[in-house]
Amino acid sequence: MTELVLLADMAHCRFGDKGNTGLFVLIPYQAEEFELLVANVTPERVSQHFGNISLDQLTFIPCPHLGALVIIIRGSLQGGVTQSLALDAHGKTQSGYLLGMRLPWHL
Amino acid sequence: LSKNSIRIGAGAGFAGDRIDPAVELVTRGALDALVFEVLAERTIALAQRHRRTGSGPGFDDRLQARLRAILPEALRQQTRIITNGGAADPRAAGLAAREVAQELALSGCRVAVVTGDDITRRIDLDHCTALETGEPLSAYKDRLISANAYLGVAPLVEALKTEPNVIIAGRTSDAALFLAPMVLAFDWDQHDWERLAAGSVVGHLLECAGQVTGGYFADGLRKHVPNLARLGFPFADVSADGSALISKLPEAGGRVDRATCLEQLLYEVEDPASYITPDVIVDFRQVQLTEVAPDAVQVSGAAGRPAPEMLKASLGLDSGFISSGAISYAGPGCLVRARLAAEIVQERWVCIYGRDPSELYLEFIGLSSCAPWLGSQSPAVAEPPEIRLRIATQNFDRQVTLNLAHEVESLYTNGPAGGGGVETSVRDTVALISTLVPRDLVEPQVEVLE
Repeated sequence: MTELVLLADMAHCRFGDKGNTGLFVLIPYQAEEFELLVANVTPERVSQHFGNISLDQLTFIPCPHLGALVIIIRGSLQGGVTQSLALDAHGKTQSGYLLGMRLPWHL
Repeated sequence: LSKNSIRIGAGAGFAGDRIDPAVELVTRGALDALVFEVLAERTIALAQRHRRTGSGPGFDDRLQARLRAILPEALRQQTRIITNGGAADPRAAGLAAREVAQELALSGCRVAVVTGDDITRRIDLDHCTALETGEPLSAYKDRLISANAYLGVAPLVEALKTEPNVIIAGRTSDAALFLAPMVLAFDWDQHDWERLAAGSVVGHLLECAGQVTGGYFADGLRKHVPNLARLGFPFADVSADGSALISKLPEAGGRVDRATCLEQLLYEVEDPASYITPDVIVDFRQVQLTEVAPDAVQVSGAAGRPAPEMLKASLGLDSGFISSGAISYAGPGCLVRARLAAEIVQERWVCIYGRDPSELYLEFIGLSSCAPWLGSQSPAVAEPPEIRLRIATQNFDRQVTLNLAHEVESLYTNGPAGGGGVETSVRDTVALISTLVPRDLVEPQVEVLE
């Protein structure tokens, strides 16, 4: 069985919101693990972690020079900060939620 | 003001930001300029409504408190204050700033006001479309509260040329507030995309103030930030080529390193290859962040492309009221009781008020409130020791929203056992949509209040 790691042990994350879109910046603690991050944090796994959200709502933008992966989830903020009825209307807690993923960590 | 470098500080990253770090910066930072970015997207629409209904000032109501704390030292140090805290009424904010200066007996305080972003009366609703829905703006006509275009750097530079102590604007791009003193000091051409991009990156890194010095960063386990309770705000020493050194006062709390800067560089950026501002389109992908000293990061390498033809504008739409009520349960079966409480409110929403239960948004705080995509499913965890039910609703009829608050409160004596700590709230709310408008619709103006 493949050993799983906790994403929070491997990477750090900042969440931002733009309208009804959630924007994650995911950065490996070890810069040399950027390839590992991109190989293992896949749209399929992120979709599954976020309640099987549609892959059409996801955009992944690797920035290899910077060593960061931008993950965009569209339509995930209940209409966005001005209209959402949620307590966390911005979605700011979602960086922590993303880092709760368990996933393999190999090429 | 011809120099090899200028120093620009961030004094606030949002309307509710702390004041003491800005005082610390202006006192000991030897700043050329200090920027207060205090205008979230919806703030201007709420301010516009306050202005119209007379229920409050049409500008940031904490602006005077900020200026009261900052102005004496800013004048002594010849640090220019630049802010978008004018919101829906920059001129009234300017007068309020002058009032503060008079109160403090600061003679010769000049306030420059930048207006022209308010296009509520000018915008052609039939020929502009909402970027979010593709519908013509005329579809939202009855709900329209405000329309504001994002001004670029040019009017802010014009304002700086009048040598004011304080510049008060309404809606501008956040980066432009920081870019303006650079453009003036180094005489950058308005088509020098490389430098404008470099300066915009610096502005982007600074605009959320404490978020680049260790705020919104610490996790207490892996990411440690020293002295977070005294988090310092950042400043940048910007060179004529647009490269900059980001740092903080050595005695202030926080940290500035590649990790804090990289998180902030890409924060709220939808396309790192094309970050669109009124002045330049910035490509962040080749930016270099180099730690050159403790708490000092050198930033360079941004690429720029010509400014977009159209300007973005955001429109505030009346969205009625949002109310919420929350109640806590503890001990064995707390989740079952919280669910029972939710069912009671849902049932009464139908049978007492004749309304649709889908209007009620339910959250179980401590279980799944931060994961709305789970819907009514619970994550696979053991029962928590306590749980808080929160119910929220939106309606154009304030009474309907009050009804919900009352229903949650009445669970105290009529609901499941052991429900406590009810809190309710009702607030007015605006929705935002955005559009693109031709540049010639917007005619910025600068007025100096002596």
